[in-house]
Amino acid sequence: MTTFTNKAPGGTRARTSLYWRYLVEPYLYLTPAILLIALVMLFPLIVGISYSFQTVNLLHLDKGGWAGLSNYADLWADRKFWLALENTLVWTFGSVFFQFTLGLGLALLLNTRFPGRRVFQALVFLPWAVPTFLTALIWAWLFNPVIGPLPHWLAAVGALSEPYNILGDPELAIWGPITANIWYGVPFFAITLLAALQSIPSELYEAAEIDGATAWQSFTKITLPFLAPMIAITVMLRTIWIANFADLIFIMTAGGPANSTQILSTYVFTTAFKKLDFGYASTIAVALLGLLFIYAALVLALRRKFVKV
Amino acid sequence: MARLELRDIGKSYGTMEVLRDINLSVADGEFIVLVGPSGCGKSTLLRMIAGLEPITHGELLIDGRRMNDAAPRDRDIAMVFQSYALYPHMDVARNMGFSMEIRGARAEERRSKVAAAAKTLGLDVLTERLPKALSGGQRQRVAMGRAIVRDPQAFLFDEPLSNLDAALRVEMRLEIARLHHRLGATMVYVTHDQVEALTLADRIVVMNGGIVQQVGTPLELYDTPANRFVAQFIGSPTMNVLPASREGGDVRLSNGALISLEGLEGPVAELGIRPEHLDLADPDNATFTGSADVVEHLGSDTNIYAQIDGIGPLMVRQHGHVALRAGDRLGIVVQPERVHAFDATGARINS
Amino acid sequence: MSVQVRRSPLRSFGKLCAILFYLCFALFPIYWLVKISVTPDQLVYTEGTKLWPSTATLGNFGKVIFQTDFLIFFRNSLFVSLSTAAVTTLIAAAGGYAFSRFEFSGKRILVALLLLTQMFPLLMIIAPIYRIVAALGLLNSLPSLILVYTAFNIPFATFLMQSFFDGIPKDLEDAAMMDGCSRFQALRKVILPLTLPGLGATLGFIFTAAWSEILFALMLIRSNDAMTFPVGLLTFVSKFSVDWGQMMAAGVLALVPSCIFFIFIQKYLVQGLTSGAVKG
Ligand SMILES: Nc1ncnc2c1ncn2[C@@H]1O[C@H](COP(=O)(O)OP(=O)(O)O)[C@@H](O)[C@H]1O
Ligand SMILES: [Mg+2]
Repeated sequence: MTTFTNKAPGGTRARTSLYWRYLVEPYLYLTPAILLIALVMLFPLIVGISYSFQTVNLLHLDKGGWAGLSNYADLWADRKFWLALENTLVWTFGSVFFQFTLGLGLALLLNTRFPGRRVFQALVFLPWAVPTFLTALIWAWLFNPVIGPLPHWLAAVGALSEPYNILGDPELAIWGPITANIWYGVPFFAITLLAALQSIPSELYEAAEIDGATAWQSFTKITLPFLAPMIAITVMLRTIWIANFADLIFIMTAGGPANSTQILSTYVFTTAFKKLDFGYASTIAVALLGLLFIYAALVLALRRKFVKV
Repeated sequence: MARLELRDIGKSYGTMEVLRDINLSVADGEFIVLVGPSGCGKSTLLRMIAGLEPITHGELLIDGRRMNDAAPRDRDIAMVFQSYALYPHMDVARNMGFSMEIRGARAEERRSKVAAAAKTLGLDVLTERLPKALSGGQRQRVAMGRAIVRDPQAFLFDEPLSNLDAALRVEMRLEIARLHHRLGATMVYVTHDQVEALTLADRIVVMNGGIVQQVGTPLELYDTPANRFVAQFIGSPTMNVLPASREGGDVRLSNGALISLEGLEGPVAELGIRPEHLDLADPDNATFTGSADVVEHLGSDTNIYAQIDGIGPLMVRQHGHVALRAGDRLGIVVQPERVHAFDATGARINS
Repeated sequence: MSVQVRRSPLRSFGKLCAILFYLCFALFPIYWLVKISVTPDQLVYTEGTKLWPSTATLGNFGKVIFQTDFLIFFRNSLFVSLSTAAVTTLIAAAGGYAFSRFEFSGKRILVALLLLTQMFPLLMIIAPIYRIVAALGLLNSLPSLILVYTAFNIPFATFLMQSFFDGIPKDLEDAAMMDGCSRFQALRKVILPLTLPGLGATLGFIFTAAWSEILFALMLIRSNDAMTFPVGLLTFVSKFSVDWGQMMAAGVLALVPSCIFFIFIQKYLVQGLTSGAVKG
């Protein structure tokens, strides 16, 4: 800092004390946060990456030690990994697409006037308050033909040949957790998009109306361009978040049947939790991290190219 | 009460210098007004005196003691903010007594002082209200009351009246003048409004771009502005400035007119003439001839915006009514002893 | 703020349909949970898929509360969530205050770091955390969960608190300091009272997050008397897999604290989520 170098003649320690306070004081307030994050997140993160180059299995503690790239070689040859990768794509983009579409619709609806709008808003946002484990259980039950109505309805409209539990069907199982995820995530998109919508100056719409624009034209010419930057960043963050989100699948299907719902993050968890094979679990996690990193870089590059802000 | 002394004060944010070489001493009980266009560093200077902003360079002395590193509460200075900064969760009485509360004064002492201050400011019936239930003028009074209750060594005001409407502004301006008279306290007052500056100040500090342009009494600034900036900033309507050049001991204007000035030093670039120092005259033996563009009849005065042949626009103010209409021909003469000459850098060069 | 739409009967009808669709979609699963929880045992199989059972009972709630470990789980979860919320809010308030009120070198790096922690898969550190906690002998202890949850939630909570502090004019602090407060006194006497709603909202967010966390709890807690609610409920599911009524009753009870907080924080949702902090 230049402030220390151009001291006036006769400068003493007292001279710098106000600066000292201004420079150091913020760190006093931030220290607990920094310490905790460093100890509980960053340090384990580094340890976790190092695990991917070791054999760490709590069931076979005798075989510890550095393993070079052998975990990665195993990963490359692991059919389950590639299947999980494919499932991750279906899970993530299936969830994001419907969450976004329904969320945008809800936000547009909430941005209009109608009687009971406040109550309606509180009610439709309610799924967001339901703990994720409960969301998973509720939807697992809804898909259960014994106590849930969904299989019966699906059979009645001819989508299923008979009322059975789709969570047990390798072809369809992944759509169970995806449905639960859509239910849980629509409020989030609606809230963020609503906030963005409300920041659009209403004079713009009035001006457009005076100029004779139809509602559809206002939407495509004003609303969407205004929302675009917000949409890009929210969708990107949400995609990453959902790709990491293992709770719903783990509780509803635990990755089964026959790994048909195993995504990378649940694969990490089951490998660590059930097999206690921390080395391999960390390897999968590092792969997931790498993929997310590439994805984020790609989205940011595309955004820079197409959204002129 | 307190003397303030600023020696070579400077301020930088990172590499951006916003104040430079500020030297000023404020006598005990003096009313000093800092004026200048917005962004020139007035608030920053005031906040450095208050201790809210560290001083990058130079020294601040209060009653001869170096105070650069003292915390605001150790300087015994009160400040009135432009936004008033009333505590929204405290009623008027608690707002006003908060400083005593912090210093641990006894409750009844606090109450009597607050009551006294509230009475002088006409706030006695409002002491139990929250700030959000007050009008702008009342809030302003509470902010002043908060400062008075403390009985500080010096008062700082940062554009305290700029959020009020015109009528209230005049009223509160008088109130502040009375307050200064009654308390005899040292006051430093920031404004960008020259009327406030001229009416309140013992001395005015004119600032521009982080540099002090001139320090002086209101009349000194009006009569002998140090440079073109001060000349145009002080006085209303704004001073006319005309391009000019020196010819021997005289000054030649672009319409050919010759004006003789006393005590000229160096080459002349411009002449400054206040609108009230121009007089209407017979066009045949006038310094300027031209036609009236717009004429404003204000009752007490008449403002004439004229187009002068060979020069361009010029403004004239005449006392009382003048029977002149837009389009009329007119002639104008100058009072030479009240003309200001500036060189190419804008500095004043006549005595 | 709202868009004025010209009224046409077709459009109103479409809007009504949309409103109904969203309402049903949002509420039906919750309704179903409540419905099964009040269905008597003997009716579950015969009337399980009906919209409302012929008789309703609160018996399942009684059984869950008094004949299972429900109360232990509930108490553990309440302890973990409340402690996490309190500690996190305190630390995040300090951090958010620093971000809001100071310009200092390293600020941008810190902000970037906090944002980064929101991006990487938390599961990535589940193995190292397990080993560290095990090495410290803290497996099956609630404080270890509180520590981990607190760290996880600090970044988001810090940004949230920053947005609340940003909404309080800096002049107020300056005025308080002129009135004789130290910076800390100004924070305590002037700023904090004004941030109370923000503190409440942050508490609510963190409480809900901690209340529903399950994967780390599964990993770090294996003994019955230290289980948090989600973990305990999962053991219900495997143990009493036929007793639907009881499970759903437990589920309804798990919903209550979240919903209470949700009602409280509802009006801060839009405000909080737009201020740079974007997380589920
Ligand atoms: N915290 C800051 N960081 C950087 N520049 C600042 C800061 N505060 C004020 N400035 C700059 O300092 C200059 C003076 O500001 P200020 O004292 O508020 O002006 P005034 O009160 O005369 O309108 C302005 O150009 C402003 O942009
Ligand atoms: Mg200012």
